[in-house]
Amino acid sequence: MNHLLRSHAPITDDAWAELDREVQQRIVPPLAARKLVDFAGPKGWEHSATNLGRVSPVDAPGDGLFAHQRRVLPLAELRADFTVSRSELLDFSRGAADLDLGALDAAARRIAEAENVAVFHGWAAAGIVGITEAATSEPIELGADVAKYPRHVAKAVETLLSAGISGPYGLALGPEGYTEVVETTEHGGLIVFDHLREILGGPIVWAPGVVGAVVVSLRGDDFVLESGQDLSLGYDHHDASTVSLYLEESFSFRVVSPDAAVALTP
Amino acid sequence: MAQSAGLHEPEDRLSPATIDRHRAFVSIQEEFEAADWYDQRVDATTNPELAAILAHNRDEEKEHAAMVLEWLRRQDPVLDGHLRTYLFSSEPVTEIETEAESGNATGAGGDFSGALGIGSLKAVAP
Repeated sequence: MNHLLRSHAPITDDAWAELDREVQQRIVPPLAARKLVDFAGPKGWEHSATNLGRVSPVDAPGDGLFAHQRRVLPLAELRADFTVSRSELLDFSRGAADLDLGALDAAARRIAEAENVAVFHGWAAAGIVGITEAATSEPIELGADVAKYPRHVAKAVETLLSAGISGPYGLALGPEGYTEVVETTEHGGLIVFDHLREILGGPIVWAPGVVGAVVVSLRGDDFVLESGQDLSLGYDHHDASTVSLYLEESFSFRVVSPDAAVALTP
Repeated sequence: MAQSAGLHEPEDRLSPATIDRHRAFVSIQEEFEAADWYDQRVDATTNPELAAILAHNRDEEKEHAAMVLEWLRRQDPVLDGHLRTYLFSSEPVTEIETEAESGNATGAGGDFSGALGIGSLKAVAP
């Protein structure tokens, strides 16, 4: 047994399997960052820091000595708590297929969105610099006219090409912008979504937590999400009516090539 | 003809990640099969110079297999957990299994039970 303490929960193996399955289905759609950046690991819950390969000078302990200290990026832990009704779990054991797992759904969305925000916009408290914070190119303003998005995305792609950053490229798009892009057609009837995909050569990703949009190169090795413990389902406590569970992960994120992305602001 | 003749389900029902893992599984199978063939040829030949070349080539196949296995480990948290439990250990393998199943594993890495196996989604994006 590990620190997730699953065997202490009043949950049968079949119910755990059902909960795992439900989370897997619900959490994949909003996990936008993992669809666009490299994923390294999982390296285990014990993995505590990412090696940055750099040092900082420190005072040497005596004459004739030189000293440096290795620099690392500590992994951050993210956890989203939720409860499941014990009566729902009992109904599952009776064969019920329509479990009320709304709190699980909300927790999955919270932790996925937090991961997206950390990757794309940063998480200062955890020492994570996001893609839009690190990007060296000038942000491009999207404006309100969705029909003009292809022009702005093409400009972003041109900026990346000019910097020697090859494609294909992907687009992380906040939920509002995503819906508008799917619904809008340009003059001539071309759907904006299809036009953007032609420009990018890669996916357009629905990205809860992203403000505006971000164009990134998908060539690899530019952005690394390093996982310690990948998203896992653990047990906290229970009472007569509910079981308290949580989703948890540990990770760091670093931008290796700040010129491999362009931010598009609202 | 499919890119790989070993798919057992219709390709349009398989995710890109599953198909990539299939490619890796087949590659490992081919590399170890080649190492086995070389092993036998090294034993069989009476020419020492040829035996040395075949042994060299055989060992390269092992390197190829190890590279693909590492790629698979990075894609699959469950495989990762098992490899961390069993590899680079010195106890009898069956004793490690007993300890792992009783929750007292002392292998090289973490316990991944409870992990949802999400990992990278980069290849899955539409």
